[in-house]
Amino acid sequence: MRRHWPQVLRTPVGIVGIALLTILLLLAVLAPLLWGDRATATDTGDILSGPSSQHWAGTDDLGRDIFFRTLVATRLSIVLTLLATALGVGLGLLLGLAPLLLPRRLGRIMVAFLNVLLGFPSLLMVLFLAVILGVSTSSAVLAIGVAIASPFARLVHTLGAGIAERDYVAAARISGVNPVRVIVRHVLPNVAEPLVVNATVTASSVLLAFGGLSFLGIGVQPPQYDWGRLMQDGLGSIYTNPLAALLPGIAFVVTGLAFNLTGEAAAGTFGAKSRSRSRWTSPAAPVTVRPSGSGDEEHARVADVLDVRDLHVSFPGPEGPISPVRGVSLTLRTGEAVGVVGESGSGKSMTALAVAQLLEEPGRVTAERLTFCETDLQAGARSDHDALLGTSLAVVFQDPMSSLNPVMRIGSQLVEAARRHQGLTRQEASDRAVDRLRAVHLADPERRARQHPHEFSGGMRQRTMIAMGLMGTPRLIVADEPTTALDMTVQRQVLDLLQETRRDHGTAILLISHDVSVVSSVCDRVLVMYAGRIVEDLPSADLRTKARHPYTRALIGAVPDMATDLDAPLTTIPGQPVDPRNVPDGCAYAARCPLATERCRQDDPVLVADAIGSVACWHADVALDVRIEEEAR
Amino acid sequence: MVIQQAEVQQAVSRPRGRWWTFAGRRVRRLLISLWVLVTASFLMIQLVPGDPVRAALGTNAPPDLVASRRAQLGLDDPLLEQYLRYLGNLFTGDLGESILTQLPVADTIVQRLLGTLSLAVPAFLLTFAIAIPVGVAMAVATRRGRRRRAELSFVGTSIVLSSIPEFVVSVALVAVVAVNLGILPAAGRDGIGSFVLPVLALSIGPAAVMSRIVRVEMLAVLDADYVRTARSKRLSSLRINLRHALPNAVTATLTLSGIMFAAMVAGTVLVENVFAWPGLGSTIVSSIRSRDYPLVQGSVLVYGAIALLANTLVDVAVAALDPRSTIGDS
Ligand code: SF4
Repeated sequence: MRRHWPQVLRTPVGIVGIALLTILLLLAVLAPLLWGDRATATDTGDILSGPSSQHWAGTDDLGRDIFFRTLVATRLSIVLTLLATALGVGLGLLLGLAPLLLPRRLGRIMVAFLNVLLGFPSLLMVLFLAVILGVSTSSAVLAIGVAIASPFARLVHTLGAGIAERDYVAAARISGVNPVRVIVRHVLPNVAEPLVVNATVTASSVLLAFGGLSFLGIGVQPPQYDWGRLMQDGLGSIYTNPLAALLPGIAFVVTGLAFNLTGEAAAGTFGAKSRSRSRWTSPAAPVTVRPSGSGDEEHARVADVLDVRDLHVSFPGPEGPISPVRGVSLTLRTGEAVGVVGESGSGKSMTALAVAQLLEEPGRVTAERLTFCETDLQAGARSDHDALLGTSLAVVFQDPMSSLNPVMRIGSQLVEAARRHQGLTRQEASDRAVDRLRAVHLADPERRARQHPHEFSGGMRQRTMIAMGLMGTPRLIVADEPTTALDMTVQRQVLDLLQETRRDHGTAILLISHDVSVVSSVCDRVLVMYAGRIVEDLPSADLRTKARHPYTRALIGAVPDMATDLDAPLTTIPGQPVDPRNVPDGCAYAARCPLATERCRQDDPVLVADAIGSVACWHADVALDVRIEEEAR
Repeated sequence: MVIQQAEVQQAVSRPRGRWWTFAGRRVRRLLISLWVLVTASFLMIQLVPGDPVRAALGTNAPPDLVASRRAQLGLDDPLLEQYLRYLGNLFTGDLGESILTQLPVADTIVQRLLGTLSLAVPAFLLTFAIAIPVGVAMAVATRRGRRRRAELSFVGTSIVLSSIPEFVVSVALVAVVAVNLGILPAAGRDGIGSFVLPVLALSIGPAAVMSRIVRVEMLAVLDADYVRTARSKRLSSLRINLRHALPNAVTATLTLSGIMFAAMVAGTVLVENVFAWPGLGSTIVSSIRSRDYPLVQGSVLVYGAIALLANTLVDVAVAALDPRSTIGDS
């Protein structure tokens, strides 16, 4: 934990917080020594006066200087705050750890009791305790300490319980180690961090609670005074000298801030270690931009649903942009189903999002050509294409559990695009929604339309997503791992539904998957992606026999058959996928490729089309030979 | 190819049943908490050191007066008998009589409670009326690292505002608005104008905290898959933000509203004192100072009950609105 405190000082918030705290502590120590006399000196000739050069903040009803009284009151205010906080943390530790030590039943009762206590606002508990303990400074400390103990106890208990369940702690317990030792050795060090952060933030509310009590006249009693007391005294003369009440108020705000800022900074450094450095930190390799790799002359044909040339996706990084997609070209004709396969990180999902125009800032999409239904999607503002995309392009995402809005009825989620883009009336739209739900084979669609997503199973939700696309006249469905989260039977049903849609409506399908068997069962063509590029493009019928790229071969080798354990990781290709921040020169696959030669490491192979399809590999022919050789053996 | 009935049934029945168990559990906890509250407030008088009646009436009070008040309050009966009588009276709405004024505590409390609620309820509504639009606007504006400066100044302002306690806000408002500008009354309840400052004082801090929470929730929701789905339908950004994202961000925020309302009711104690507002808060403080224990007892009871009820109601209501929230709750 000590390691982290210097980090607190590295954030501006933390510096301000710690600096303020230091000043306050100095004041608390020094002010009574330096100005104690001036704060108590009465002057009956000059009572309740306003600010003057002699008394910067005026005087109170005994002619005492309010400015110095406020400075001197720092000590009592802070000392009482620290006392009550320490008491609360101590009690909280005891109460929170006790359930771990006590017999199970008793522990559970204690936890239940803590939960009950937590239901009451702490000010109420303070008032209650103040009644029983009587009105005095020490009973106020006690009352506040007890009142804040229960949230701490809860925190300690929650953290402690998690740790106590860990194996080594359980083992220590069973082997008869003294439970107190277990707590001191294992539990305390682990709860210390959050506890300190919490205590710092709580200190600020203790300060205010104490101030509040004194302000109400049931905290610090005269002749002692803290800021709350001073504020109460000042309130009486607010018309003649508002500063008398405001100055101690300002002291509260500054001190509260000091605790809060320090706590925030500490919580930030302790809690969110990963937030600031997500994926931008490591150096990016220079981006090699190359001309379109596709030599397929057929691409020039018109009436394609989707025509993409040289698509790049990049994100800003501290050392230059990071490009997860580096020059992808693809074409889909009406009713054609094309699959994109690759490991995660190959850029296939980014390609799908970019094509669907769903990539958000700060991601950037550039392409030599990006046309959908003969409309250039790069021309004009994104919203210019809303009507076209909203009716003709449907998207199905991977996680059916989160891709529907949980608080909206299924029906409403279906109708809204049709209402906006097709100008249907409410009634027409909802009739169509019911009809579409029926079309995706949901039983009792009228009732289903009135339900919320949580009443649907995963497979039903994916059907609903498809139905959503069918509300318009979809020319293309982009399906990004649509069946990955589903079990085998449901997966089959959803894939069948996609096929059916394609057959009935001539909808083209771009199916993204890491699962070669899913893709080859649905698609006409398969595009294999590696490190942000298409490395092979071939008919799915030829996938098993005519694949030439070593990576494609490896992927096929990794396809599970029915006998494979589904829970085992699918990809068994040795080596790591390429990090988009650090793409090597030459062939990106070289590091993992059994056929790699010196040429591969230096020159980047381009996608070359031939009779079978296209492949980007210097040794495409060799790869084929090797395979045949292997089969011959 | 109609989906199997079993799958459907399972998907439908699970959440409803879960809501009932959840509501049942919360109601049980509420009853236990209420019982703890009632017992604690009963024990309060017993735990006061010395003779509570003597303490209230002062050391100069004649002994026979003290004795008759003690008898009146039943303080000389066996503890169990007192406890049972206390419980019995509670059910008939009888909270006893004030030691000092001898007026029925229940009457005083009802009257004063209305004063308190007339501050707390508007303040509660105002808090959300400020926090939701501000939080949402800040989330949309500062999303994905845009407008770093706006984000920093928003977070900074919010931290500063939430560090200022109600009573300091109250005093500052009185000093600036009532004394310096002389626009609104500084104290007392006298017409609509007199509500403005206390309600503001109660809601500024919570609104600052809430808007920060709304922003964070909203940011999380804007990155959710279903918002991406909404974008894939090419809806207007207004509809995406308000219809798709906002309700989800707010249900998460509403879970906190019970605690906030309870804290706000407690906050009235201080605010009422600054503004000399005839509410329960000023009553409880003055009765603590004058040791009018039956009145303190009744006030504590009512405050506590409000807090508990608000918490439970909000939890159960949110669970009904958003079935996901009951998952994994204990
Ligand atoms: S170009 Fe070379 S390294 Fe790349 S896949 Fe082909 S053989 Fe392997």
